[in-house]
Amino acid sequence: MAHRKKNRNVGIIGIGQTKYSSHREDVNQPEMIHEAVIAALKDAGLTMKDVDCIVHGNMELFEMVHQPDLWHTLGTGAYGKDCIRITTGGTVGATVACAADNLVASGMYDIVMAIGFEKLQEGHTTGGITNMADPLWFRHLQTGALTGTKAYDVIKEFGEERAKRASLMYRIIMDKHAGLNPNAHRAFGLEFEQIDDLIKTSPRLVGDLKLIEMCSQSDGACCVIFACEKKAKELSKKPVWVRDHITVHREEVFVMFGYDDRNPFPATHRFAAEQLYTRNGVTSPVDYFDVFEMYDPASWWAVDWLRDFFMLKGDEHLKLVENKEIMIGGKIPVNPSGGVIGSNPIGATALVRVAEAALQVRGDAGAHQIPTPVNHALASGFGGTMWTVLMMLEKELNWQEAHNG
Amino acid sequence: MGKRVAVCAVAQIKNDPNYWHLRFQNMLHECFESIMGQTKVNFDMEKGIRTVITCSDDVFDARTISNNGVTDVVGAQFRGEEKMAQESINGLGYAMASILAGHDDVVLFMGHCKESQGESKKMVMNLAYDPFFCRPLGMDFVNADALQARAYMQKSGVTDAHLAKVVVRSRKNARRNPYARECALVDENEVMNSPMLADPMREMHYYPDTDWAFGMLLCCEERVKEFTKKPVWVSGYGSCMDSYFLGDRDLTSNFSLKNAAKRAYEKAGVKDPRREIDIFELSDHAAYQLPMWAEGVGIADEGKGGAWIDEGGMEKYNVNLSGGQLNGNPLLLGGAARAIECVLQLRGEAGDRQVKGAKKALAQAAYGGAGQHQAVVILEA
Repeated sequence: MAHRKKNRNVGIIGIGQTKYSSHREDVNQPEMIHEAVIAALKDAGLTMKDVDCIVHGNMELFEMVHQPDLWHTLGTGAYGKDCIRITTGGTVGATVACAADNLVASGMYDIVMAIGFEKLQEGHTTGGITNMADPLWFRHLQTGALTGTKAYDVIKEFGEERAKRASLMYRIIMDKHAGLNPNAHRAFGLEFEQIDDLIKTSPRLVGDLKLIEMCSQSDGACCVIFACEKKAKELSKKPVWVRDHITVHREEVFVMFGYDDRNPFPATHRFAAEQLYTRNGVTSPVDYFDVFEMYDPASWWAVDWLRDFFMLKGDEHLKLVENKEIMIGGKIPVNPSGGVIGSNPIGATALVRVAEAALQVRGDAGAHQIPTPVNHALASGFGGTMWTVLMMLEKELNWQEAHNG
Repeated sequence: MGKRVAVCAVAQIKNDPNYWHLRFQNMLHECFESIMGQTKVNFDMEKGIRTVITCSDDVFDARTISNNGVTDVVGAQFRGEEKMAQESINGLGYAMASILAGHDDVVLFMGHCKESQGESKKMVMNLAYDPFFCRPLGMDFVNADALQARAYMQKSGVTDAHLAKVVVRSRKNARRNPYARECALVDENEVMNSPMLADPMREMHYYPDTDWAFGMLLCCEERVKEFTKKPVWVSGYGSCMDSYFLGDRDLTSNFSLKNAAKRAYEKAGVKDPRREIDIFELSDHAAYQLPMWAEGVGIADEGKGGAWIDEGGMEKYNVNLSGGQLNGNPLLLGGAARAIECVLQLRGEAGDRQVKGAKKALAQAAYGGAGQHQAVVILEA
């Protein structure tokens, strides 16, 4: 729970996604968003008449459109409706989901539509990310989202061979998942036998971060419809309930000493997870959750973050990867959708995590559906300077948080 | 609806044409320290600020994820922070939702904009238009507003002389507001002789480039006493989006503002704004907008804006005693400026501008060409 009891329960009742790809030159931004909006409305069995408020999010400088919700009205259906625009960083998709949850729970709106989008082909992604840094002090030091530091850390801790193999193992599991998801941007058909080859042959981007281990830049949009308990039960056979969410930011300059063994600093991932699990009584996340849709921009980060998000110790996270426990059919499937390494339309990406987690809970994920029951799901967002957003989804309304007064 | 949400404290720096010696972080820091000093709030995970809402804009700041530059000075280190990437008044609406939802007890809301930093405000506004049709035409908020101004003036009998009156009054009122941008006092002839910006809008009809930052602390009803003796309640909020293409709109209809106002009135239980609301702060970033938005929120009769000015409507309804946006606030932050003025009035802290016994106030803000997006907040003492 959050500060106080939730004022009203909130359920996800509609999900829409476009196909993710490197180039959607056949549509402009509002048209691409429109595809996701129509899909979500169809999924929920609603029309725009039923929607009270639209929450829109992306990062302006990737496409260089100022206040894009104004133009995008043509595709979002916001005409005549309440409409707000909330953004953070790569986390923005999760932020619009949190915002939609708050707006519905507040009692101010019954049905809210969250929209995240990006058309990265229309800009320069690394340039856009680099432009985040302070112009006077840090911009010239930036490599955007391409960093070799995590590979260095993992190699230092677990040795070169084990670390590199774990990263590639994770990468190939994601590729196998992406192959089952018709919306995924990249599915190469990689095999585990290729691990040693890829370690040698994949071009290095920065340090030990290799091309194969990094996400792509994608075009795409995602739309998720949130409704109050009463409407969700009236309108949807299978609402997915939003239990709680948390956002944790941090200031890079304050934690530079986090790279120093003598003065360690916690990662936002672990901090956010600890807070969220404590207030929701989750003691063993690996056992509690049935699926985790993680914002995993690169396989080195992903492998490392599993330890923080699941509150693991030592090399437990590596074992999860090495034993393929994170695969569909494993103990705790991670990113059955193929994850962010499979598709990364940044402004939509974190909302896709929520959408895909909800599809798993509903049992509607198609070919990448987890075969065992999915009752509890976790979705994460990542962005800014190592910021984290987490959202917990539930199949049953049995934790009874809300007053519903 | 749950219980009520209160504004416990507001802080701002003076509006200025060019804070060349301050970075926006410095501007925010002053506001932040003021809020901390006024309320003694802290960042305790159980009882303090866990969520900060900011307002800024990537294009105005020329920084991707503009809020990434303010994490330290708004206290968001290992706390939640979300950016209202739209007109700042919507941040108040969203803060209200976060608290009513039960997710947060206490929300810090801060915003900044340095219009002096940009090469050209028109370029920023031009970037709001689609790259296929409107952007190459040179569309921006100024010329879209001018088209609306022309249509509205014809419909509502608003003349060049009326607009001169609005400008003169705005600058005069601003003299009584210690936080207002310093603009030269002018008479009506000077306004009517000022050069055209975009016909029928003259240069003096449009707000000047301004730098500004603000802060507010909001909290739930149960905990108000911890932070202030004089809470101001946020009782209503509504917004509305109009169509994008100007050709798809009736530019004089006030479609989005009427909807936004209606929604805010419904939430706040306001039946007759003319009788119930004591203070109106309207975001007149162009002079014609003051009577037009007055029609939109229902204090001037439809199509009678000119007569409303002649009959002293601006004084009768206490409209923009702060000087309004026309005197100078950053475009993005006009709504927050309006809301902060309302809070000061309702707390009885508006100095020479004080309206005795003010109990209810309305703050309004518009964004986009010709007021495409509108939002209204109702505040109560």
